[in-house]
Amino acid sequence: MRIESLLEHVQSRYADAVVGVAPEVRGDAAVVVKRAALRTFLAAVKSDPELDLNILMDLTALDYLHWEEKEDRFEVVYNLFSLSKNHRLFVKVRVPESDPAVDSAVPVWPAADWYEREVWDMFGIRFTGHPGLKRILMYEGFQGHPLRKDYPYNKRQPIIGPVN
Amino acid sequence: MLLNVGPQHPAMHGIVRIIVGLDGETITSADVEIGYLHRAFEKMCEQGPYNNAIPYTDRLNYVSPLINNIAYCQSVEKLFGITVTERCQYVRVIVSEMSRITDHLTCIGATAMELGAFTVFLYMIKAREMLYELIENVTGARLTISYARVGGLKADLPEGFEDKLRAAIAETRGVLKEVEGLLNKNRIFIDRVKDVGVISRQDALAYGITGPFLRSTGVDYDVRKAQPYMVYDRFEFDVPVGEHGDNLDRYYVRMEEMYQSMRILEQALAQLPAGPIQVGTDGQVIPAAVMVDEAKMGRTRGFKEAAVVADPTLEGTGRDGHTTVYSANKRVALPAKEDTYGNIEGLMNHFKLVMHGHGIRPPKGEAYVPVEGANGELGFYVSSDGTDRPYRVRVRPPCFAIMGALPKLLIGDSIADIVPTFGSVNMIGGELDH
Repeated sequence: MRIESLLEHVQSRYADAVVGVAPEVRGDAAVVVKRAALRTFLAAVKSDPELDLNILMDLTALDYLHWEEKEDRFEVVYNLFSLSKNHRLFVKVRVPESDPAVDSAVPVWPAADWYEREVWDMFGIRFTGHPGLKRILMYEGFQGHPLRKDYPYNKRQPIIGPVN
Repeated sequence: MLLNVGPQHPAMHGIVRIIVGLDGETITSADVEIGYLHRAFEKMCEQGPYNNAIPYTDRLNYVSPLINNIAYCQSVEKLFGITVTERCQYVRVIVSEMSRITDHLTCIGATAMELGAFTVFLYMIKAREMLYELIENVTGARLTISYARVGGLKADLPEGFEDKLRAAIAETRGVLKEVEGLLNKNRIFIDRVKDVGVISRQDALAYGITGPFLRSTGVDYDVRKAQPYMVYDRFEFDVPVGEHGDNLDRYYVRMEEMYQSMRILEQALAQLPAGPIQVGTDGQVIPAAVMVDEAKMGRTRGFKEAAVVADPTLEGTGRDGHTTVYSANKRVALPAKEDTYGNIEGLMNHFKLVMHGHGIRPPKGEAYVPVEGANGELGFYVSSDGTDRPYRVRVRPPCFAIMGALPKLLIGDSIADIVPTFGSVNMIGGELDH
């Protein structure tokens, strides 16, 4: 599906979940979704035969601490791809600093398991319903979340031995 | 029984730890622990100008760094909305395919070695060495190549490249034939890899696996065909697929992909748009340092046309060849070294692009360009806030998804099967751990 028709389809079919289009993503279709409706939206676009977004290519987050136009501090980005239709949809969900949590996508795609652990590790965003949300790249006992904008890049922490 | 495999173990290419639960010799559970090679790639990219991230991308996948370089540059170029020159696109395709071959050679060679076929490893490394020498010829380094630039490439192909590449292709074909002779009907090898590490098509898709791994299950998804980037739509090549999704199919898929890459290389060489016509310099070649000194004293007569002998590390960045592989967009592309050293416009242009607080500034926005890495879909999600530094750089490393599915691959097989299965994953610590 072409980008315009893809966006139109998503906006009309899932009008109660979609907040709007995310124009900042260049050359790809991108929508912003309500946080509360996220998991049902992801499950719906996966099984929607016209969209058939069956692959979760990537899941990441952005920290907009130093970005004044943005109201919420974090944004979680889902990179969905359809093998049969050969189109891509970026789904964004805004996450406030006061309650950094979104529903886990692991029931929809097992691939989300490691990606969500990485986002938790790097940004401190919790994924409700994740089977085992623990750090993946940093070690247990590491203080803070390094990809947050207020984490200094040259901060040093003691290297501790293995926990178990 | 719980058994610790790794973090340092000869068969764990790089550093990774697998805690396997065993019942006799059968694996009942597996817990994969990664992060030992974490070097804060994404965080460090935010600290410097756009082109500063390029050396970091070299070190993500250190077996095929050129593909990483190019993927990153394509994302930034998408932010700008610029297209690189045609010759540049061809050169990018050529070096990407060379990297793909070196990656597959390493993967199969190392796996075969771990299964006892040491000769295969030596043969394949011999072919890889030829390609690495060629890569060194082009970029100046074997692994840490830093060849791509936003808007183009550091330098054009060197003289005599085409003949050398054709010779390397012929050599690699010979090596692949030898390896096929050694492995394809080898009972010891086949018994170790056939029906081992099986993953179904549905599971592979659910885990977001791409690349040769996904294709071994029978899905013909290849970014080069599905969403052609650069000039891939101008070449004829097939996407080999497997059937069973086991280690043997992955071996066959990788072998066939190398033949297909060589087909692309030969077509690209034939179609490569003509290079620049060397401009006669009339013997007016000046060392760059002398040129700078002379210019400080105001003696700049004839500098605009003069050729510069720059430091060997800057070889190929001169005026000849510059316009063919680099964008003409002055907001992005560094000027030719003759201009940087020889006239004030060039120097200012250079200054505006490299000095602190200046630099290249893509407009606000986010962009993602998928490319077919040697392990699967590779892409950089780059976010720009309009300044000279990326606001966020996110890499989608292809082997991350595969490693996430590793427990699924291992459980039910025997302890000895860890080695071939893990080898066929082709885990690259640099990109896996960011």
